[in-house]
Amino acid sequence: MRAFLDTPAVPPTQQARLLAAFSRDAHPDRVYLAGGEHLNEEGKPTIPPIVSQIKQQMGTDPTLIPEYPSALGLPEFSRRATELALGRESRAITENRVLGVQTVGGAGAVRLGAELLRRWYDASSSWRGPVLLSSPCDESLAEILEAAGIGELRQYQFWDAERCGLCVEKLLEDLKECPEQSVIVLSASAHYPTGVDLSQEDWKRVSEVMLMRRHFPFFLMPAQGMCKGDIDQDAWPVRHCVSLGMELLCAQSFSHNFGLYGDRVGHLLCVLRENSLLLAVQSQAEKLVRTLWSCPSVGGAHVVATVLGNPAHFVEWQAGIRGAVERCMLVRESLREKLRLLGSTGQWDHLIKQGGLYCSTGLNDQQVEFLAKRRHVYILPNGCLNISAINSRNLDYVAESIHMALTSPF
Amino acid sequence: MSTFTEVPQAAPVAVFKLTADFREDSHPKKVNLGVGAYRTDDCQPWVLPVVKKVERMICEDQSLNHEYLPILGLPEFRSSASKIALGDDSPAIKEQRVGGVQSLGGTGALKIGAEFLRRWYNGTNNTATPVYVSAPTWENHNGVFSDAGFKDIRPYRYWDAARRGLDLTGFLEDMEKAPEHSIFVLHACAHNPTGTDPSQEEWKKIADVMKRKKLFVFFDSAYQGFASGSLEKDAWAIRFFVSEGLELFCAQSFSKNFGLYNERVGNLTVVAKDGDNLNRVLSQMEKIVRTIWSNPPSQGARIVAKTLTSPELFAEWQGNVKTMADRVLLMRSELKSKLLAMTTPGTWEHITQQIGMFSFTGLNPKQVEYMIKEKHIYLMASGRINMCGLTTKNIDYVAESIHEAVSKVQ
Repeated sequence: MRAFLDTPAVPPTQQARLLAAFSRDAHPDRVYLAGGEHLNEEGKPTIPPIVSQIKQQMGTDPTLIPEYPSALGLPEFSRRATELALGRESRAITENRVLGVQTVGGAGAVRLGAELLRRWYDASSSWRGPVLLSSPCDESLAEILEAAGIGELRQYQFWDAERCGLCVEKLLEDLKECPEQSVIVLSASAHYPTGVDLSQEDWKRVSEVMLMRRHFPFFLMPAQGMCKGDIDQDAWPVRHCVSLGMELLCAQSFSHNFGLYGDRVGHLLCVLRENSLLLAVQSQAEKLVRTLWSCPSVGGAHVVATVLGNPAHFVEWQAGIRGAVERCMLVRESLREKLRLLGSTGQWDHLIKQGGLYCSTGLNDQQVEFLAKRRHVYILPNGCLNISAINSRNLDYVAESIHMALTSPF
Repeated sequence: MSTFTEVPQAAPVAVFKLTADFREDSHPKKVNLGVGAYRTDDCQPWVLPVVKKVERMICEDQSLNHEYLPILGLPEFRSSASKIALGDDSPAIKEQRVGGVQSLGGTGALKIGAEFLRRWYNGTNNTATPVYVSAPTWENHNGVFSDAGFKDIRPYRYWDAARRGLDLTGFLEDMEKAPEHSIFVLHACAHNPTGTDPSQEEWKKIADVMKRKKLFVFFDSAYQGFASGSLEKDAWAIRFFVSEGLELFCAQSFSKNFGLYNERVGNLTVVAKDGDNLNRVLSQMEKIVRTIWSNPPSQGARIVAKTLTSPELFAEWQGNVKTMADRVLLMRSELKSKLLAMTTPGTWEHITQQIGMFSFTGLNPKQVEYMIKEKHIYLMASGRINMCGLTTKNIDYVAESIHEAVSKVQ
């Protein structure tokens, strides 16, 4: 028998190698700042108190009926997720032209959206792209899009490493120059991995170009509410495009803002121009789901629906995530202050301008390697790090380490 | 103009349409014998007592990690799930050439397996490798393999409508004629939709041809324990094939035997020639998982793992499973005796000879239509009924209705 003899091994991902190196590192001061979860002061995943409470209630008194949910997931969850993203008063909602599908995490939403586009973006021919991703972006995005059959992937300039900020002009140029009707993957807020987001003014300019070039926005909203601490502000770019009458997809994740990492709660929004298309697109989405995962798991979605559907819970939830965001903002400020005190030359203002889980340090490859090898501080290869993994116990050490990385001769 | 103007309505899935029609029917005596989910004698879904107990334990466990699961899933779930399929003393497990990929239900497991095979089996990206599914089979088999990219999905003869049994000769012939390296999807037990399984002697003949013709075995095991009430008996075919030295995949679902339909608990068991082959395969599967759901949901896997790895809970679970299997067996024998007592035209031995949730009654489409329209008893056009839809309260009505349909409609 030799069915798998020729199957090559996949080399471990950067993330996996980093984590492995960290695990092998026995140094007492080791710090891992490259993880995917939003951590609290104790170094554990942040879970808003109301979520823990609801989970407890559900654990002891399950109301969920053990039968298959619809392929589209829990209707109540979908309704709340849609309202959260677009605002309850959104015209698109009142005009009943929004399709919502519960998915297996944010990744599942991206996959489903990609499948929908690949098959139906241009129903008359076999469309393969182009789809534009930010530079840099989450590596897995390209993998997902390719797996869905989208062959033509390009990048638009986004992060200016030298200035440690956005290069909006270059971004706009790229959007003007790529073929008309391209699909553009945009981060509504809390960009991964840079932590840098467009301002509302920037968004207005971007949406103008999108309209002019007839591009299709595919928004990522991985942590609504966890970026600026305000759910409306974090969703503003999506709502703005909807108000301009655009059609769009939006992949939402409830991993971070509900601390539901293990539950895989995601949602794909599809805003259509006309209500008459809703049922057809919905039926195609259902068909796609059937061969991806048949139907999603409901536990986590039930928690989200319960919290979002109850005014008192909703308020508590917002307070919970605001608290988490404020802690991160404090960490950013403290880090900037420490670096300033240590005499680090260079501007660290970008640290406090960015939002969300990640921030970019501007460190280059050598400096990143120095951090890991000599200081046992592990950050992402592009110099970005998970700010929530910094706490009062390791802040000084991290600041010192960054300072040393910047000032050590190579 | 919408991007999605040309999108056609997808055809509804027959079994869901059936349930939708059933729901709209206001007839007091209506019966739903369509969808494959367990029901109690009160026609209610059933939370297994052991599941309720374990859910509470999990809820109260403060030590639980709330982070993302590893991409391939909860380790103790993967190993205990594969063990339940292959047996505690499986030599293949001892030889460390068995691995599991936690998946979104049985569908998810099939998906991962299909995606892997399309990429790496019988060459690289060989979409021409024939995939054989039984005639008839669960309709989603076709969908999953075709969406994974396989272009040549063929039926192998299975159900002999005239004899109301297995067409072993046809089955064996189709295997003999199949191109080498073709993929065969086999139902481990409780064949869906016919309820007709090969005997052990017949399985031996099938395995023999598989080996000789170098065909790839992909088991679909959605009913272990549920079919006969015995876990070992229901896994006999899988274990026999492994003992014959075959490499194979087995897509396991814990939806039915744990009543965890809505938590989406599945496992793709991979049996490879040796550990090296296994690891390379798993590394590729990990990559595939990253492009669909990134990492699987934790709740269902925790429930199953905890149950399977605790002797007490395991025994309790076996009892719960037997309760379900026994009720199905009881309904089978009652239905048959009632039909015989009424001297309903035709033979009805197959009702008790068939096994698992489903029975291919032998009713033709006209008779099925009669059942639905005149008697408000909903079953699939193929004549398939879900035995779980029968209860002591409705069985007389159903038996009488079948009698009527068979007598009045040709």
